[in-house]
Amino acid sequence: MATVTLRDLHKRYPQGFHAVRGVSLDVRDGEFLVLVGPSGCGKSTTLRMVAGLEEVTDGEIRIGDRLVNDVAPGDRDIAMVFQNYALYPHLSVRENMAFGLRMRGTARAEIDRRVADAAAALSIEHLLARRPRELSGGQRQRVALGRAIVREPAVFLFDEPLSNLDAKLRVQMRAELARLHRRLGTTVIYVTHDQVEAMTLGDRIVLMNHGVIQQVDEPLAIYRRPANRFVASFIGSPTMNFFAGSIDDGRFRVADGMAGLSLDAEGGPLRPAPAVLGVRPEDFVVDGGAVPFTTAEVEVAEHLGHETLAHVSVGGASHVVRVPGDRAVSPGDRLSLGVRPGGAHLFAADDEGRRLN
Amino acid sequence: MKEPLRITLLRHAVLLAFVAISLYPVLNVISISLRPGDRLRSTDLSIIPPDWTFASYVKLFTEQPFLTWLGNSLVVSSVVTLTGVALASTAGYAFSRFQFIGRKATMLAILTTQMFPATMLLLPLYVLIARLGLVDTWLGLMVFYTATALPFCVWQMKGFYDTIPASLEEAARIDGCSRAQAFWHVVLPLATPGLVITALFSFMTAWSEYIVAAQVMQNESMFTLPLGIKGFQASLSSQWGLYAAASILVSLPVVAVFLALSKYLVNGLTVGSVKE
Repeated sequence: MATVTLRDLHKRYPQGFHAVRGVSLDVRDGEFLVLVGPSGCGKSTTLRMVAGLEEVTDGEIRIGDRLVNDVAPGDRDIAMVFQNYALYPHLSVRENMAFGLRMRGTARAEIDRRVADAAAALSIEHLLARRPRELSGGQRQRVALGRAIVREPAVFLFDEPLSNLDAKLRVQMRAELARLHRRLGTTVIYVTHDQVEAMTLGDRIVLMNHGVIQQVDEPLAIYRRPANRFVASFIGSPTMNFFAGSIDDGRFRVADGMAGLSLDAEGGPLRPAPAVLGVRPEDFVVDGGAVPFTTAEVEVAEHLGHETLAHVSVGGASHVVRVPGDRAVSPGDRLSLGVRPGGAHLFAADDEGRRLN
Repeated sequence: MKEPLRITLLRHAVLLAFVAISLYPVLNVISISLRPGDRLRSTDLSIIPPDWTFASYVKLFTEQPFLTWLGNSLVVSSVVTLTGVALASTAGYAFSRFQFIGRKATMLAILTTQMFPATMLLLPLYVLIARLGLVDTWLGLMVFYTATALPFCVWQMKGFYDTIPASLEEAARIDGCSRAQAFWHVVLPLATPGLVITALFSFMTAWSEYIVAAQVMQNESMFTLPLGIKGFQASLSSQWGLYAAASILVSLPVVAVFLALSKYLVNGLTVGSVKE
């Protein structure tokens, strides 16, 4: 087990693309840290630099106390699970799992014991003699996991390990990964573009965009207090609704003047300025009982059983309101919308979109 | 959908015609090799003549230095094959995996050498070998053959490596392999079909080559098979029986090698390694 420390990490490719820009991060011992962000945000590149598969342009990577910038991948005491499994096709499942130990000259008996243990933990004992091509996608991913586990590394690196699995298998493997981490207690750095994986698996989430860390925090903290508009829009599904407008005299007014919200200024009064209000679909309250916001007509109602997603038009743009499943909603209805206390997120109107309240 | 009868017939007729074109010369040579004396032409249409005999084959081994030539050819071809496989497998890997200055230019240059017919290269390559003092040596032949076979083999191997996912090597490196170990333990085993093609191509280049050998080699005891066999074809009295028998024997090792290696030529060796 080990900590992983990144200090002002940069990756610049020869063609000039600046993929990772000054990432600093402290991964705690035994922590399950998830790097999440849209494709091209630099999360995989960061992980590959930790793995030693990409050279570091600038900055420091430490695993434990050891500076590993120039240490070969095989000597970093890490194991990695790849998105495409990367199993050795010419070797059996047993040989695939034993390969890393064999390369390190581990004793035969010890290899056999560890492979047997890992196979039992992943319920793949019956597959040990097979070749990768004889396995299903889920089985292959288990073998890839097994190959990482037998090494008993200080850090596990996962590069979108579940994104090639179908939806049902993904949910199953997600739970299995969580169990596995609880049992082994090894430090994990896990890359995904799937916010559900990030929210459910991570002790902490690192949200990246354009090679820069946007926010590092526990999943619920990121959900409840996104640091900027990008984070707010990335986490949560359906995504947060945004209303352009301005702050004036303790009130937020939507640009077209049809809607407004009085704000409880916690950290002192807000300065009058153009701003963007963000409200999650589930933070709208229909039929009063909250801070009143506006009334809007339902354009489309998606009934999902336990809830209904009502698409409403406010200020000429379409927004989504989450309504409890037992509340009848149909197109053409007018809903009076309020915002739950603490459900109003204010962001600066500039490109950066930093949080204001 | 069922194919109309006349299409089926036409298809089979075309195929049969090609089978006939391929088989006729071979059968003819077999027939000649089994005739007594040096009867090249015969009015008899049977493949195995009524008065068939192995006399030509026996004579080949007892009265001619056939075994010496066979040995010479095996030595030359084996060395060319080993050198070809060793160089093409490593050069192809470099072209496939590394970005270096002059990579594109070198690859183009290699490709360009393939645009010229081998006979055109004969003179410059001969001058080269003469300057190196390698005339009438096997080493001269080996250099010549390796040089002509290598460009194709390098391209071929590069193309093959391109189909092997890089993540396999990355996994191997994380598993503790150095770059060279990853190449040896993971990439090379997966490139087996490519290596087999390279080996076959190199072997064939050296095994059946005549024109270059005729320029470079002068000492009869050092002749390779094609050179030796050509000797049976004299201007006044060609020894057709020997010629035919030797031709059959020369082709046997090639057929054997093909059959032995064909099982490695299956595609899809990497199936199941990564998710496409």
